[in-house]
Amino acid sequence: MGDLCTLPVGNPATCISERERSIITAGKNRTAIHCTDDSLAGAVSQRACVFCGARVVLNPVTDAVHLVHGPIGCATYTWDIRGSLSSGGEMYRNSFSTNMKERDVVFGGEKKLAACIDEIVDKYHPPAIFVYSTCVTGIIGDDIVAVCKEASRRHAMDVIPIDSSGFISGNKVIGYRAAAEALMRLITPKDGEHVEKTRKLNILGEYNLGGETWLIKRYLHEIGVEINVAFTGDSTVAALKQAPGACLNLVQCTGSMHWVAAQLEKKFGTPSINVNFFGAENTAESLRNIAQFYNDPEIARRTEALIEREMARIQPEIRKYRAKLAGKRAAIYVGGAYKAVAIIRQLRELGMEIVITGTQTGRKDDYATINGMLGEGAIVIDDANPAELEKFLLEKKVDIMAGGIKERVLAYKLGIGFVDHNHDRKDCLAGFEGAVTFAREVYVTGCSPVWKYLKHAEGI
Amino acid sequence: MLECLPEGAVEHTVGKINPAKTCQPIGAMYAALGIHRCLPHSHGSQGCSAYHRMHLARHFRDPVLASTSSFTEGASVFGGLANLKASVKNVFAIYQPDIIAVHTTCLSETIGDDISNIIRQCEIPEGKYVIHANTPSYYGSHVTGFSNMCKAMVSYLAQSDGTTKKEQMNVLPGFVNPGDMREIRRIVDLLSVKLILFPDTSDVLDSPLTGKYEMYPEGGATIDEIRDSGNSELTLALGAFASNDTADLLQEKCGVTGIPLKLPIGLKATDAFIMAIHDWFGVEVPKSLTVERGQVVDTLIDTNFHYQGKTVAIFGDPDHVLAMTEFVITMGMIPKYVLTGTPGKQFEDEIRKMLEKAGITGSRVKVDGDLFELHQWIREEKVDLLIGTTYGKYIARAEDIPLVRFGFPILDRAVHPLMPVVGYRGCLRLIEQISNALLERQDRDALDEDYELVM
Repeated sequence: MGDLCTLPVGNPATCISERERSIITAGKNRTAIHCTDDSLAGAVSQRACVFCGARVVLNPVTDAVHLVHGPIGCATYTWDIRGSLSSGGEMYRNSFSTNMKERDVVFGGEKKLAACIDEIVDKYHPPAIFVYSTCVTGIIGDDIVAVCKEASRRHAMDVIPIDSSGFISGNKVIGYRAAAEALMRLITPKDGEHVEKTRKLNILGEYNLGGETWLIKRYLHEIGVEINVAFTGDSTVAALKQAPGACLNLVQCTGSMHWVAAQLEKKFGTPSINVNFFGAENTAESLRNIAQFYNDPEIARRTEALIEREMARIQPEIRKYRAKLAGKRAAIYVGGAYKAVAIIRQLRELGMEIVITGTQTGRKDDYATINGMLGEGAIVIDDANPAELEKFLLEKKVDIMAGGIKERVLAYKLGIGFVDHNHDRKDCLAGFEGAVTFAREVYVTGCSPVWKYLKHAEGI
Repeated sequence: MLECLPEGAVEHTVGKINPAKTCQPIGAMYAALGIHRCLPHSHGSQGCSAYHRMHLARHFRDPVLASTSSFTEGASVFGGLANLKASVKNVFAIYQPDIIAVHTTCLSETIGDDISNIIRQCEIPEGKYVIHANTPSYYGSHVTGFSNMCKAMVSYLAQSDGTTKKEQMNVLPGFVNPGDMREIRRIVDLLSVKLILFPDTSDVLDSPLTGKYEMYPEGGATIDEIRDSGNSELTLALGAFASNDTADLLQEKCGVTGIPLKLPIGLKATDAFIMAIHDWFGVEVPKSLTVERGQVVDTLIDTNFHYQGKTVAIFGDPDHVLAMTEFVITMGMIPKYVLTGTPGKQFEDEIRKMLEKAGITGSRVKVDGDLFELHQWIREEKVDLLIGTTYGKYIARAEDIPLVRFGFPILDRAVHPLMPVVGYRGCLRLIEQISNALLERQDRDALDEDYELVM
């Protein structure tokens, strides 16, 4: 239990014993990690809420209006916070709120919501409006499903409610599910409508951060495969409605899109395969799996040609960074497990040792995978709090950390390099090019000339 | 096109599009960080705390810690008593702050948790404190939340030991950056008056990089200082929206005279701040401050042709916008559009008074507005300069207007939390920013023959 003590406490008797099962040491513990728990009351958790999960999944739908039904904060904090790029409209980068006031809380916010929807339709004529519930609208019992249904009828368009009240869970995955249900509602053909099957594929859990969808699209085009629509990076409402027409679903961010893939298979018979475009090895493997699905010698030939060419192109670059980074010690703390797994592989390719890995929303089997990838003594942690992160960062003498904004500032204070692998970044880290960009970012932060002044400052 | 304005004239009457405010709890969290060894606690869902911490960390680029009651469906139905009691126990055991500052959220407010009552039932270790502020997100704005937490500091902690007051002064700095708080202290130190500044986030959110992480950095007003604020002769409340209620409470509870002032941003407001101290305590204004003031006037004269007569749109938090509007009038600019997202009618009245006094007509003023409206106004008639938060950048791009970043939040530029905009030094910084923004634009647009070496 002494291991769990968190700063600034020196007394082992004061540890949170409830956290014990959420931290394991690779190679030592035989028991499985405890995860997907609710966070402890009083914890300084790095986790968010259901609303946050729903928002990040749906926000990249570029031409939809995203209307947050609640007091102002929830809309302000999620205004243009994703690095998802658009090739068309920029509507999704605006912030819409019903701005609930005291009287709305007392008398109910349904009328105001309906009025907001009417005004938005009048102003923008968007192809769809997503309406997000928040804590307050959930607790006062606003029937947003009914309001949306009525508005859909009134305006003859898709007005889709999302059950995303924050208190439902502190686990973003529940919010991913709420978003997934909204997406299914949007794409399920209405009576009498039919979407023809094509040879195109969907890519689920791909958010076009820094143009990553575009990059993957280019690779696939080269091997002779076309993307139908991405969920949800650079997607439009019309394109999403064509989703049933795909012959295959690629699933990238498993946390957010597993359920959607299963639904698409059930409803439209579309099979799915898991892919991962982070890191050169993962990218090559994913492309081969896709080629195999199509079972077309020409596609297979082109795939091998692309992989060979790109690998040859990036290897010298990667080797250059590997020379600088080999032997350095890394920590990973990210939202989803698939990302953690990808980063582990990439940092390994750079010759680094991964000494800590944690996620906010990983599941048991994810952690088993992670545990199996790490060397003896590495720490695996679910829903870490900053004090735990700090303790292990120092104890494990970490040089570079990969994570999100809240971890960035903590890492810097400890004199540790940091690379952003969060959903708000705008750098393309996918594919072969992305592997080089990632290596460069790790190098830039890990080998910044500034670090040496930290040590020299002692005399002043 | 990266903008929210549809073609043609459209009515906007309900809800907010691109808000110019956020919710109370983040302001309460920021204020609480200005108490030494304090852990802010968010009594609500986890997401609130995560969002506030992220937003503050993006603005200050420093770690922001806060705990949360981690409400789930159960707590939302049965009330948050058990969660808060467990939180208080866990936080003192694990994170060992001297004080926990609880703020509520829209969720716990709607459920109707009686926080004072819950705190009375908590096990609080000897010598430790728990204070709370009610900060429903559906009322006011983040500035209201800041004000409410400052009030909580006084109602829980400030005490008067008798009728004889100490020769010391309280300053309530308002919702400003750590660099501003540091500058306020420097000015008061130069005037040789003993100061209790609270909240004070300097040395908390602008702490140095040493390779060691301090969960509770050196800065922040101590509990003893806040308690002793009840014995001060005087309170200067900087910024009506953020500080007046707290000064009133101090006066009512402890008999400390309160003087409401603007945020000391700009020449006149800084003069007023310094003169208030001079008049009350009879202290001499040191030559160094007189020199600083003279430098501001000198610079204003040197550069006035860069900006005099230019039109400007100002938006942001009410105290910031009030002071900034006064300053741009001092500079000879024309505040054409003035908007805050925070409700409060006195804002409109005060701005109109300023405009009237300066003989400026045809300006638009709005409280509880949003950036859709501001953009509409600008689309109708353009201005030369936009002053406001990061969120102004979409309008700046759509309308091709330079933006001077000012206020909270600034998410796309660094260093600003350390550089004061208050005081005379703050004046110089603002003049430089405003002047440079206009000159950069002039350079960008100049024909070869008009492209000047000396400006």
